[in-house]
Amino acid sequence: MNGYWAVFLLPAAGAIILFLTRKNRVIGPVLMASALIHFAAVAYLLSTGYDPAAGSWICPDPPGKLFLAITSGLFLATAGYTTGFLRRDREKHPRRNDTNYAGCLLLFLSSMSLACTSGHLGLYWVAIEATTLASAPLITLHHTPRSLEAVWKYLLICSAGIAIALLGIFFLATAAGEGAGDMTIQGLLGNAGSMDLVWLKASFILLLVGFGTKTGLAPVHTWLPDAHSEAPSMVSALLSGALLNCAFLGILRGHSICAAAGMGDFSGGLLMIFGILSMLTAGVFMIRQTDYKRMLAYSSIEHMGIIALGTGAGGLAAAGAMLHTVTHSAAKGLLFLTAGKLVWMYDTKKISAVRGIMSFDPVTGVFWLGGILAVAGTPPFGVFMSEFIVLKGLLEKQQPLSVVLYLISLAFVFVAMTRLVIPMSFGRPSGNRQRPEAGKGDHSILGPAALALTLLTAGLFIPASLWKVFTRIAAFMGGSGL
Amino acid sequence: MNGLAEILIMLLMLTNFRLLGSSRLPACISTVAFQAVLLGAITLTTAGWRLSPWVIILTASTLAVKGVLLPALLRKAVRDVGISREIQPFVGFGTSVLLGAVLLSVCFIISRPFLDSAASEQSRMLIPGAMFTIMSGMFIIITRKKALTQVLGYLAMENGIYAFGTSLAVEAPFLVEIGMLLDVFVAVFVMGIVIYRINQEFDHMDTHKLTELRD
Amino acid sequence: MIQSMVHVLLALISAPLLQGVINRVKAFFGGRRGQPLLQPYFDMIRLLRKGAVYGNTTTWIFRISSLAAAAGPAAILALLPLGRVPAMLSFNGDMIVLVYMLAAVRFLMVLGAMDTGSSFEGMGASREVLLAALSEVAFMLCLAALAAAAGSFSLSGVYREMDTFGPVSVMSATVLLILLLSENCRIPVDDPRTHLELTMIHEVMVLDHCGIDLCLIQYGSALKLWVFSALFSGICFPFAGRSLWADLLAGLAGVFATAVVTGVIESTMARIRMKRLPEMLSLASVLALTAFLWEILV
Repeated sequence: MNGYWAVFLLPAAGAIILFLTRKNRVIGPVLMASALIHFAAVAYLLSTGYDPAAGSWICPDPPGKLFLAITSGLFLATAGYTTGFLRRDREKHPRRNDTNYAGCLLLFLSSMSLACTSGHLGLYWVAIEATTLASAPLITLHHTPRSLEAVWKYLLICSAGIAIALLGIFFLATAAGEGAGDMTIQGLLGNAGSMDLVWLKASFILLLVGFGTKTGLAPVHTWLPDAHSEAPSMVSALLSGALLNCAFLGILRGHSICAAAGMGDFSGGLLMIFGILSMLTAGVFMIRQTDYKRMLAYSSIEHMGIIALGTGAGGLAAAGAMLHTVTHSAAKGLLFLTAGKLVWMYDTKKISAVRGIMSFDPVTGVFWLGGILAVAGTPPFGVFMSEFIVLKGLLEKQQPLSVVLYLISLAFVFVAMTRLVIPMSFGRPSGNRQRPEAGKGDHSILGPAALALTLLTAGLFIPASLWKVFTRIAAFMGGSGL
Repeated sequence: MNGLAEILIMLLMLTNFRLLGSSRLPACISTVAFQAVLLGAITLTTAGWRLSPWVIILTASTLAVKGVLLPALLRKAVRDVGISREIQPFVGFGTSVLLGAVLLSVCFIISRPFLDSAASEQSRMLIPGAMFTIMSGMFIIITRKKALTQVLGYLAMENGIYAFGTSLAVEAPFLVEIGMLLDVFVAVFVMGIVIYRINQEFDHMDTHKLTELRD
Repeated sequence: MIQSMVHVLLALISAPLLQGVINRVKAFFGGRRGQPLLQPYFDMIRLLRKGAVYGNTTTWIFRISSLAAAAGPAAILALLPLGRVPAMLSFNGDMIVLVYMLAAVRFLMVLGAMDTGSSFEGMGASREVLLAALSEVAFMLCLAALAAAAGSFSLSGVYREMDTFGPVSVMSATVLLILLLSENCRIPVDDPRTHLELTMIHEVMVLDHCGIDLCLIQYGSALKLWVFSALFSGICFPFAGRSLWADLLAGLAGVFATAVVTGVIESTMARIRMKRLPEMLSLASVLALTAFLWEILV
C-alpha cells in the first residue's frame, strides 16, 4: 500500500457512494468533491516527489506521473461543467436517474488513474480494458440511434484491439524468457538486454497495433470520430484529452523496453510511420467535415499522430511530444467544453447551421476561435510551442522526409480547420439559439477558462523545472530507466 | 496424458470450424463455451504435476465464467432479441469453412519456427491452435453482420489469446489473471446491454445497417 | 501371405453378410426381428435365376458397367490390408491405385447410367459425381495424412504401424467413417430403403439394371462396403496380436463391428438434406486437411 493507491481508490469510492445512494442531488457534490480531492492528492504526491518502492505494482514511472497529472487536471476542469450539464439535461428528461451515469464517470477516472499508476504491465492492461468498459455507457446518454452505433463500434473495435495488445504482452513475456516471472515495467526494463529479439519485435508490433487502436492512430482509428463526436461534450473532452494519453502509455512503455534492448530504431521508426499516417489521414478527412465535434475528433487523431511522431524520433522531439500531451489536452478540453456550450446554444452539431458566435456570445466566441487557432498550432499558444519543439527535434535527428510530411499535414489541418471555423464565428447569428441563462451557466466558465490560461502560459513561458520533467521522460523513453 | 492433451488441442481447432460454418446462434454460443471448457482441460493437462491451488482456482473460475455464465448471458440476449440465425453474412458459411482451412494451413506454416519456444512438449501444437482460434475470431468479427455473432468472435479471440498464454506458459500473477477474466466478463455484459438497446432502438441486430455515422 | 489370401477369400464370401448385419441392427433398433442375416445372399441368388432385360437405347457400355461394378472392388481386395495382416499385393503407391480403381468403377457406372437415356439415371449420375468430387479430396488427404504418420506410402505399411491413438488417427477415423457412409449409400447421406427416385443418389443410377446385372452390382457394393469397413476398422480398432492369425481374427471382428456401428448410425440419425451434403463432405475434407497438416508439422 502506498500513497498512489488513494489515487484510484478515491474515485472508485465516490462511484460506490453514488451507486448506493441513488439520488440525483448527491451527484453534484460527490462529483466535485471527488474531482477536488483527486486533484489535491495528485498534486501533493507529485510535488513531494513521493516514490514508492521500485517493483511494486502501483508505481508510476515518469510518463505515468505526467499523464496522471493531465487526467486529474482535465477531470477537475470538466467536473463543474458536468454537474450543470446533467442538471440541464434532466429538465428535458425529468425523473431520469443519473447516478449510474455519474458513477461510471468516476469509475472512468479511477480506471484511468490505475492505468497511469500501475507498474505492472498486466495490471495496466486490465486498467485499460476497464476504461473502455467504464466509458462505453458514458457515450450514450440518450440512447439515440447514432450514439448506439458509435458505442458499438467503440466497444467492439477497442476491445478487439486491446485483446491484440494482450497477445503482445504475452509475446513480451516470452521474449523475456527466464525472467518472465517479473512483468513489472522495472523488471522488464532491467531484463531488456537479454531478451529474444524476434519475440520482442513481434511483441512491439502487436502492442503498437493493439494500444494504437485505443490511442486513435491510423489506420485503426475508425471508431474515434464516431465515439468522440456522439458522446456528451465533457465525456468527449475526457476521452480526447485524457484517455488517448493513457492508452499511448502502453506503446510508450513498449518503445522504452525496445530501446533498452537496443532496438530503439526499429520501434521508433514504426512509431514515426504511424504518426505521420495519422496526421495525413486526419488532414484529409477534416477537409469535408460537416459536424464540428467530428472535426475536433479528427484533430485529436492528428495530435496523437504528432505525439507518436515525436516519441518515435526521440531526443528533443520526444520531450516536445511530452509537452504536446499537456498542451493538446488543455486545448482539446477547452474546445470540447466550448462545443458543448455551442450545442446547447444552437441545438445542432452541424457546422453550416452555426453562424455568428462572436456577436451572439463573445466569451464563447473567443474561446471557440481562440481554441481552434491554438489547436491548429498558432503562436502564442502552447500547442505551437510543442509542435515547434518537435519540429526542431526532427531536424536535429535529420529526418527530412518526416519534416516535410509533418509540415504539409500541419498546413492541411490549419487550412481545413480555419476554413470551417471562421464562418462559424463571424457573421450574423443564425438558427434557433437560446442564450444560456446567466445564473446557471456561470460555473461552466471556470473550467474552460483555466484550460485556456494553461494553454496561454505554456505558449509563453515554461519553467525550467517543468522542462526538466519532459527531458527526463524523454530520457526514460530512451530506455535508461528511472 | 500426452495423447490427451493433443486430442484436446485438435478438438479446439475443430471447434473453430464449427464456429465458422454454423449459422445458428445458439450453436455458436455453445461452441464458444465448449472452447472455454477445452481450454480449462488443456491447462490442467499441460500443467501436469505442477498444479498449485492457484491454478486450480483460476481454471475453475475461467470455466465458470466463460463456460457457464457468459453463454447463459448470451443465450438470454438471443431470447430477448428474438433473432437466432445469422443470415447472409458477407462471406458465406461454406466459403468461411474453406477459408478457415486456408487460415489453418497458414497458421501451421507460420508457427513452425516458434514451436520450440513452447513451454512443454505437450503444448507444442497449441501454438498453431491458438493462432487459428485468434484468426477465426477476427474473421468472424469482420465478416458477420449480427452484433451477437461479433461478440462471439471477440470471445473466440479472447479464448485464442488465453490459449496462447497457456502454451507459452506465461505466468501472470493471480490477481492479474482474475482481473483479465473479470474484464472479459464485464465486456460481454456491457456488449449484451448495448445489443439489447440497439435492438430496442432499431428493431434489428445488423451492425452493417448502422451507417449513419460516416464521412 | 496365406493370411492375406484367407482374408481375400473370406471377404469375397462374406461381404454380403455385412449388409445383413446392418439390416439386422436397424431392425433391432426398430423393435422388429428383421430379415435373416443371409437375406442378401438369397436376394442375389434370386436375381441370378432371372433373365435380363435391356433397353433399346443401351449399348455395350451398359453391359460392362455392371461387370465393372463387381470386378473393381474384387480387384481392390487384393490391395486391402486388414489390420496388421498385409494385403496380397502391396507396393509403394497402392493407396492411390485403390482410390483410382474406385473412381474408375464409378466412372463406368455413371457412363452406364447415362447410357440408358433416362432422366432419372442422369440425375443420379450427376449427384453421384458431385459427391465423388468432394469425397475424393477428403479420401486423398486422409490417406496422405496416414502415409505421413506411418512414413510409408503403402497401405499395408500404414496399417502395420497404426498403434497409437493420437489426434491424427482420431481425425482420419472420422473422415473414413464419413466416407464409408457417403460411398456406400448409407444414412445420413442416402437412404438405401427409399423408393422415391428423387431422393436417391446411388440407387437411382441402377434403376434399369435387372437380373444378373443387378446381382453383380449388389455384390460389388457389398465388396465396397467391406473395403471401407476394413479401412476404418484398421484405424479405429487397432490390434497387435501375437500371430498373424490372431490379427486376422481381430480384423474380421473389427469389420463386423464397423457394420454394427454403421447400423447404429443409420438407426439414430436422419438423412441430411440434399443441399447440406456438400457441406458435410467439405467438413470431411477440412478434417482430413487438418490431420495432414498436423502430421506434417509434428
